[in-house]
Amino acid sequence: MSLDRDALAARIARDIPYGAYVNLGIGAPTLVANHLEPALDVILHTENGMLGMGPAATGDDIDQDLINAGKQPVTELPGAAYFSQADSFAMMRGGHLDVCVLGAYQVSVHGDLANWHTGDPGAIPAVGGAMDLAIGAKAVWVMMDLLAKDGTAKLVQACSYPLTGVGCVSRVYTDRAVIEVGSGGARVLDTFGTTLDDLRELTGLDLT
Amino acid sequence: MRNKVVSDLAAALEGVADGSTILIGGFGLAGQPLALIDALLEQGATDLTVVSNNAGNAEWGIARLLQAGRVRKVVCSFPRQSDSYVFDELYLAGKVELEVVPQGNLAERIRAGGAGIGGFYTPTGFGTLLADGKETREIDGRMYVLESPIRGDVALIGAFRGDRLGNLVYRKTSRNFNPMMATAAALTIASVAEVVEAGALDPEAVVTPGIFVDRVVAVGQEEAA
Repeated sequence: MSLDRDALAARIARDIPYGAYVNLGIGAPTLVANHLEPALDVILHTENGMLGMGPAATGDDIDQDLINAGKQPVTELPGAAYFSQADSFAMMRGGHLDVCVLGAYQVSVHGDLANWHTGDPGAIPAVGGAMDLAIGAKAVWVMMDLLAKDGTAKLVQACSYPLTGVGCVSRVYTDRAVIEVGSGGARVLDTFGTTLDDLRELTGLDLT
Repeated sequence: MRNKVVSDLAAALEGVADGSTILIGGFGLAGQPLALIDALLEQGATDLTVVSNNAGNAEWGIARLLQAGRVRKVVCSFPRQSDSYVFDELYLAGKVELEVVPQGNLAERIRAGGAGIGGFYTPTGFGTLLADGKETREIDGRMYVLESPIRGDVALIGAFRGDRLGNLVYRKTSRNFNPMMATAAALTIASVAEVVEAGALDPEAVVTPGIFVDRVVAVGQEEAA
């Protein structure tokens, strides 16, 4: 059986190493936070300027000066630190973050990422921190469905959407499989209720 | 005695010229100096280029400037948000120009502008549409894109506390772009919730030293919604 979003988030959380500094992208990747055991001692980074981000804020804890990159109110954990955008992106570009988990429109077998713009002439382009995050962590993982709503595969030979980063993704977590990508091409690491042959048929890719 | 504190918002915005480039702090509404923006609207400067992370939320702050037709161009990382309908409509009607800059590049370009750096090579955006036509270079086996500094005529800063010397501290994630912007304009104007006595801010904890700040105005705790 394929994994639902929450089960996939739990699967990703299991692969995050002890003591890692982690950035979780807007949308589904934020679910990963719900599955990080305190004993894992992970510190969450939010690119709008904080390390040691805690869970979503509710009730009296809501403070409009304390938000995450999705502009949702959050809380601070003991030992949290605030910093400017220049410092925040130095943490990425400078290779200080261990893992970043992002959503995507498409990922290529070589690790190219497309997640910022559909290229549709009527769309208003907005990039935010996507391009910085794409090149900014030691490991960039993507969390996405294997297939788009129209049934086409989101893991592709070459991205048709405008790129966010070149050769930057190392692993793709989908509802059907975990796939390593990069200069060596795509290799299936784990499957969820599906077979390698099924995955080859769904994607049209020469997966190993 | 050095005193950068001005009596009111009108005095804070005095002299802003038409055609100015205005750096505006904030990430969404956090740290966006709403009272200064309202005062700029009142002051009347137009044909502005606004540099900020976003292009306005609902009908607050930057959205009001846009709505009033004061903005010629927006330089930002993320214009499209759930509540950016004012910008969206103007952009789709061709009434405002847009330059989209990756968020980290925006921060670093402003930092460079304030620090007297003539440009820098960054790996961000290499091989993408946003690096089209820009000089690239291989450094230690990795590809980089040359990015230019950004400076403003005016910076509008949303800080938490300040003193008469212009020293500023911020509150939580409202710090965001404010410290870099404070360094990168010919005229830096900071709004603070509270002006405190010189010496009341812990010198070890000052985030923006007063040398970068020209005017400070107390606006109380800002509440947007």
